[in-house]
Amino acid sequence: MPQIAQLAETWSSQVFWLLIFFGITFFVIGRGMVPKVMDTVAQRDSQISGDLAAAKAARDAADAEEEAWRVKENENRAAAQAIVAKAKDEAAAKSETRLKAAQTRLDKKLADAETRITEARTAALTEVESVAVEAAQDIVATLAGVKVTKPTAAKAVKEAMTHG
Amino acid sequence: MAAEQAKVDPMKQFAIEPIAGTQGWELAGFNIAFTNSAMWMLVTVVVLFLFVLGGMKRELVPGRWQMMVETFTGFIDNMLEANIGKEGRKYVPYVFSLFMFILVANLLGLLPLGIVGIHPFTFTSHFTVTGVLAIISFSIVLLVGFWKHGLHFFSLFVPHGTPLPMVPVIAPIEFISFMVRPFSLALRLFVAMMAGHVLLKVLSSFVIDGTNAGLGFGALVGLPSFVLMIGISALEILVAGIQAYVFALLTSLYINDAEHLH
Repeated sequence: MPQIAQLAETWSSQVFWLLIFFGITFFVIGRGMVPKVMDTVAQRDSQISGDLAAAKAARDAADAEEEAWRVKENENRAAAQAIVAKAKDEAAAKSETRLKAAQTRLDKKLADAETRITEARTAALTEVESVAVEAAQDIVATLAGVKVTKPTAAKAVKEAMTHG
Repeated sequence: MAAEQAKVDPMKQFAIEPIAGTQGWELAGFNIAFTNSAMWMLVTVVVLFLFVLGGMKRELVPGRWQMMVETFTGFIDNMLEANIGKEGRKYVPYVFSLFMFILVANLLGLLPLGIVGIHPFTFTSHFTVTGVLAIISFSIVLLVGFWKHGLHFFSLFVPHGTPLPMVPVIAPIEFISFMVRPFSLALRLFVAMMAGHVLLKVLSSFVIDGTNAGLGFGALVGLPSFVLMIGISALEILVAGIQAYVFALLTSLYINDAEHLH
């Protein structure tokens, strides 16, 4: 077994070169290069998580903006509807007063007309009566040769007119 | 009986040979010849360096290579975080170096480069090497433990909720199990790597000798052995990964003891 047979003559060179080469491995590769490799990994990880966080923040911002827009939109719509309703109310009220005014005017005109009609009718009736009285006097005078006084004729006419 | 003596020595692959001209190198009286073992450590470092270098492009969207390197660093990072917690992150450079150094060494040792004349040397099959790595891990545990907790670190040997009369019995047992850790760490890796390589070499000698002994032996011994070798090679690739993982996992568990006591 050379490990034991050669131990006395080779151990010092084995230990010496191992320390040299393992030392190089440790100081150059382990201390010098490995931290840089791990740095790259850490950098990448932080970049990825940073990008993810940025993307998430952007999405949240967009969501918030959309929400704000929606609220504003709703407000605007409500405001517009209020304006429309108000205008409608106003127009309705205005037309109502106008209508009312027109109605009163019409009513008044109607009443006037009715009065006038009544007056005219009364006047006409009186005239018809007097004409009838005269006619009745004439007819009586012509047919019977009797002179009827005006009041008597008038009385008879009135009686006939009321009874039809 | 086999007509020829086996030419395959299953232990020869573990022999350390200084590379020509470096035989006499010395430092403060100690021999530091640049051996085939040191050569493969160098290859391991170069391969590992190139591998990690490919992951240093630092692109936001990683390519395949960068992804692979990041998978390994992430794997070690997760393991330390799971076993130690947030404080585990500062051990990533060490545990990553340890894991990858052992893993690359194990895998390089399995490469079938012998067919082109280069003989891979698995230096993790030498307990001198695994021992040094285990001692480094164990030293880190001791340093961290005493640095963070001072003498309170000795309470590690008295598990939580031990009845007072049991303390004199439990504490030595815990102490022994604690002191055994570096040995188990070193021996596990060394034994697993060595056993696999010896097994492959023994089977390969069956294949060679069996085939040389004639058609009958070749069909009866050589062929099944060859099929078995293929399976065991696959298993060895798995073992190479598992042993590197176990070494790193146990190191992180021991560091967890030092960080949090119990």
